[in-house]
Amino acid sequence: MTAASKGYPMGFWSFVQDRAPVLASDAWQHFSLVVQSLAISTVLGLALAVLVYRSPAGSAAANAFSAIGLTIPSYALLGLMVGIISLGVVPSVIGLVFYGTLPILRNAIVGLSGVDKTLVESARGMGMSPTAVLLKLEIPLAWPIVMTGIRVSGQMLMGVAAIAAFVLGPGLGGFIFSGISRFGGANATNSIVAGTVGILILAVILDLLLTVVSRLTTSRGIRV
Amino acid sequence: MSESTTSASTSSASSTATSGATAADGDSGGPAAARAASHGERILLDGVTKRYPGQHKAAVDDVTLEIPAGEIVMLVGPSGCGKTTTMKMINRLIEPTGGRILIGDEDVTHKNADDLRRRIGYVIQGAGLFPHYTVGDNIGLVPNLLKWDKSRTRKRVEELLDMVGLDPGQFRDRYPRQLSGGQQQRVGVARALAADPPVLLMDEPFGAVDPITRQRLQDELLRLQEELRKTIVFVTHDFDEAVKLGDRIAILQEGSEVVQYDTPEQILAAPANDFVEGFVGSGAALKQLTLTRVRDVDLHEAAVAKVGGDARSAITKARELGRKWVIVLDEEERPQRWVPVDELEKSGTLGSVTRNLDLEVVNTASTLQDALDQMLTSSHGVVVVTGRRNRYEGVIRVETIMAAMQSMQSAAHRAETVTPTGARS
Repeated sequence: MTAASKGYPMGFWSFVQDRAPVLASDAWQHFSLVVQSLAISTVLGLALAVLVYRSPAGSAAANAFSAIGLTIPSYALLGLMVGIISLGVVPSVIGLVFYGTLPILRNAIVGLSGVDKTLVESARGMGMSPTAVLLKLEIPLAWPIVMTGIRVSGQMLMGVAAIAAFVLGPGLGGFIFSGISRFGGANATNSIVAGTVGILILAVILDLLLTVVSRLTTSRGIRV
Repeated sequence: MSESTTSASTSSASSTATSGATAADGDSGGPAAARAASHGERILLDGVTKRYPGQHKAAVDDVTLEIPAGEIVMLVGPSGCGKTTTMKMINRLIEPTGGRILIGDEDVTHKNADDLRRRIGYVIQGAGLFPHYTVGDNIGLVPNLLKWDKSRTRKRVEELLDMVGLDPGQFRDRYPRQLSGGQQQRVGVARALAADPPVLLMDEPFGAVDPITRQRLQDELLRLQEELRKTIVFVTHDFDEAVKLGDRIAILQEGSEVVQYDTPEQILAAPANDFVEGFVGSGAALKQLTLTRVRDVDLHEAAVAKVGGDARSAITKARELGRKWVIVLDEEERPQRWVPVDELEKSGTLGSVTRNLDLEVVNTASTLQDALDQMLTSSHGVVVVTGRRNRYEGVIRVETIMAAMQSMQSAAHRAETVTPTGARS
């Protein structure tokens, strides 16, 4: 504390120890922001995919939208959102949901349209309604591919969430931004490294969690 | 086609009753017939048409076909003739654009499709099992749709697995990918039977399995049908399969036009025109052999000797029959091998006879076709027939097979002159 307050550069470990409570709370907020945005993205992506997967034109449009959407720089999109909405949590969540939806939408379309048509027909032939076919056959069979999309989204959102600090959103991005703005100053590098490594660790944890979820939610009959 | 034609050809079927399936037709009036009434339901296609928008020709053009309750009707024809389309209109996976369909006495053309399908078993090629469901859950699919309670579904699943020859304890909790193709197909049949539907639609169900498994599945279907007496519509492009399984065969041409609708015996003996003749193929006479089982013909005697027994009586017997070979049986009357009479005379004993593993043997349940196949590889001109527990029953000679073929043909011709050939639309 004393070294930092005097403005001397300190070792990375003492920096982390020094700011442990703040780091932990920012890390938690970062993680929570990503997970909640990811949950909304999953529902949205799956819903959009269900709407379009039966029509080739709809699927093509959705795929184009997803490809173009991913090329928009997150920095620009979040900046734009400040003008439209405000600073803080809301634009962060909207931005994250936007990016998070795209890979899930794309994978869900691939997964749903990849379900064997003869299976769908045999299900209909047994008297299952279209909704039952979707819920009991198509989504469960597409699920492993949807989960892969969710994992890709999760990794991406970990990075995008860092930029949310730019619109004063929550998370570890604050450490990176303050480091960059004080570049060359005391502890600037420590701040950037702490934020970055923190995000990396969170990303690994999230991916492990999603792998477990994927395993638990996929039938043993179709697990690879 | 008319009511009178139906009954006429039914009686011709039972008069020449030979195959396992039609044999059960013979005891009409017995308890089997009473059960049959409650099991299968008649299907009537009345002027059914399917026209796809923008296409000049109808895919299925004004088809009228009556499928009698409790029978297996085979729809056979070249690919693209509309046989599958015709079948799928019965459970309305394809909606007809004209005509009506009756199951029993009920017009189902405009009934709620999902309700209708829950009353119709549906089996497709490769079984179409849900890969993410266990075998038990797959079979329980329709009962669950019908909201049966859990214990009833569970009992039914066990019963059905038993019925198709799979041990419930071993298979209920497996996933489809852990089963062989033949086992999957059995589960597919069990699933279709789950809610005890009166009608079963089978779309080339045995097309994707190897020939030996296919033959077994066909035999099992016939065995099940003897008990169940469902009304089965079976689509195939394999004419031999049609002859083996069908109580009746409908041969279809483009636009699903019914060229001939009759019993297998009739179609083989009296093809309606060149198209049918071409479809039946040159081996028509041979194909009749799949209609007859070994137990339906008279077997011949052969000279028989027992291991460790007296050779002399066997030699005398062989001389009597004018044969140069003796068949040797073990203590439990299971045939071991052929031994030449000369050799017996020399040794005079039957002490050490080893079993010839390649000995040509057929079972009483085998078809004459199977017997002929064996005969062609045998050097004796006869094939040994065994009954229960592989006990020796007699031998079958090539003459027997020839005679059976001749009598089948003349019987069919006689029937032909009495009954004008069935429906042609």
